Amino acid sequence: MAKTASLREAYGKTLVELGKENPNIVVLDADLSHSTMTYYFASQFPDRFFNCGIAEQNLMGISAGLAASGKIPVASTFSVFAPGRCFDQIRVSIAHQHLNVKIVATHGGITVGEDGTSHQAIEDLSLVCSLVGMTVIVPCDAIETAQAVRAAVSYKGPVYIRLCRPEMPIVNDENYRFVIGKATQMRQGNHITIIAMGLMVAPALEASDRLRLDGINCRVLNMSTLQPIDAQAIVHAAAETGGIVTVEEHLEHGGLGSIVAQVVARTRPVPIEFVALKGYAESGKPAELLEKYGLNAKNIERAVRSVLLRKAT
Amino acid sequence: MNTELSIPELQQIARKLRRNIVTMIANASSGHPGGSLSAVEILTTLYFRILQHDPANPHWPDRDRFILSKGHASPVLYATLAETGYFPVEELMTFRKIGSRLQGHTDHNIPGVEMSAGSLGQGLSFSIGCALAARLDKKPYRVYALLGDGECEEGQVWEAAMAAVHFKLDNLVAIVDRNGLQIDGWTKDIMNLEPFPEKWRASGWHVIDIDGHDFTQLFEAFEHAKTVKRQPTVIIARTIKGKGVSFMENNVDFHGKAPNPAQLEIALKELA
Repeated sequence: MAKTASLREAYGKTLVELGKENPNIVVLDADLSHSTMTYYFASQFPDRFFNCGIAEQNLMGISAGLAASGKIPVASTFSVFAPGRCFDQIRVSIAHQHLNVKIVATHGGITVGEDGTSHQAIEDLSLVCSLVGMTVIVPCDAIETAQAVRAAVSYKGPVYIRLCRPEMPIVNDENYRFVIGKATQMRQGNHITIIAMGLMVAPALEASDRLRLDGINCRVLNMSTLQPIDAQAIVHAAAETGGIVTVEEHLEHGGLGSIVAQVVARTRPVPIEFVALKGYAESGKPAELLEKYGLNAKNIERAVRSVLLRKAT
Repeated sequence: MNTELSIPELQQIARKLRRNIVTMIANASSGHPGGSLSAVEILTTLYFRILQHDPANPHWPDRDRFILSKGHASPVLYATLAETGYFPVEELMTFRKIGSRLQGHTDHNIPGVEMSAGSLGQGLSFSIGCALAARLDKKPYRVYALLGDGECEEGQVWEAAMAAVHFKLDNLVAIVDRNGLQIDGWTKDIMNLEPFPEKWRASGWHVIDIDGHDFTQLFEAFEHAKTVKRQPTVIIARTIKGKGVSFMENNVDFHGKAPNPAQLEIALKELA
């Protein structure tokens, strides 16, 4: 078993480092600082931390005003509440003005677990990707999280970063360098491409390694930036491998699968299968939920074989 | 700016702004005259007597901020910005036309406009962000947010009202254009806001309740707000929707309807 680490811990600690380096960084939360891990920053820099209470609309509006006044606000809550509870505030106050606000939303997807459907963000990426000029990043492990937060702060413009609750296997090594808008090839292969993001990168690698034993060479891409999408990596995948499986902890429509399909349809049509959620889930342990709702290596393998069959006909 | 204009001079400016407001809306055949006309004295006082600003340098870091949260009242802001020199007065005739900078609701790309607005309830939160930044940077600038009274039915306004008090923002002033009307009718009939001053007071704001068309009261309220420490101030400006044009006054039909050419002619005569 690979070593695991918390993405939220990586986020919280990186914020403290960034806070030391840049006095313009301010952090905001909506009464979840001990879950989003912004409390590390809060305890180090109390004057630059603003807890807005349970008021996500106000959280986004205050962040917008701070950004318009030259600060670099990093606003955190759960991804079910941002964008769910404050979509119009993100649209009008932040995105339309292309303000330099970083929204880091934790507890994405169904792996928030026992809290159940109301707390499982399965539409958040669809919503934020619909916003003009919004950069959307879904890191897959703690190493990528730390780098993505740094990259987001260095970039000028609105960014949404989605983190998951459970600890994740470390799949990148210390030499890894995250670049906004660039996919990372995790495995070479020419029979098919698996494009995954976030928590689904690890099972995609597991599926790829098992399929290799059957002589099926899967290319695996970590598509950690969802917007702007790395269209070039997708076009190359379509042209060189002839089939694609997308894997995401999100509804089937509006997320990674939809975006990849649009690129493929426009440039190089090839068969695609989508491993994603079809609807609401339920309460349960994260591992049980991933198993029950088909977000696992076994289901990725099945999708790969299905695409290979379609390629052959 | 901050020139010492006399009250008759301010009244003259207000009349000119009103003429430009009705003319630009009539020219566009669309727009919101009622809530623009009610706020004329508020903006005239701010831009000609209170705000530290520089029309030649709209991004001057130390400028006082004016945030128009009721973005549909864009005509009163555009007319005022043009009059103070942010852009040519002639540009007002491009309002709401294709290719124009002067968008139907306020747009941040226009010189002097601090925030894109139009979806109500967002300006006070944005203003808190500006006020917090001023405190962090130890800058003396002050932040003024103009809200509609109907707008105060939005829950976000009260999220912001709580936060401004919690953060003890004495560099923030909210002004509510209390004209009593919203699109569907009187606020007391659609969604009663009363007891309105008491709500703000109970939230911890310093409340000043004035006639929003009286320059002396407006000026004194803004000056008094500067002396209030460790709490934000709200000025409840009692106004008349459509003020200055007889057939628009207290007439909800002119919330979001342009005058036709005959009506414009009458309006301009009254405002001569």
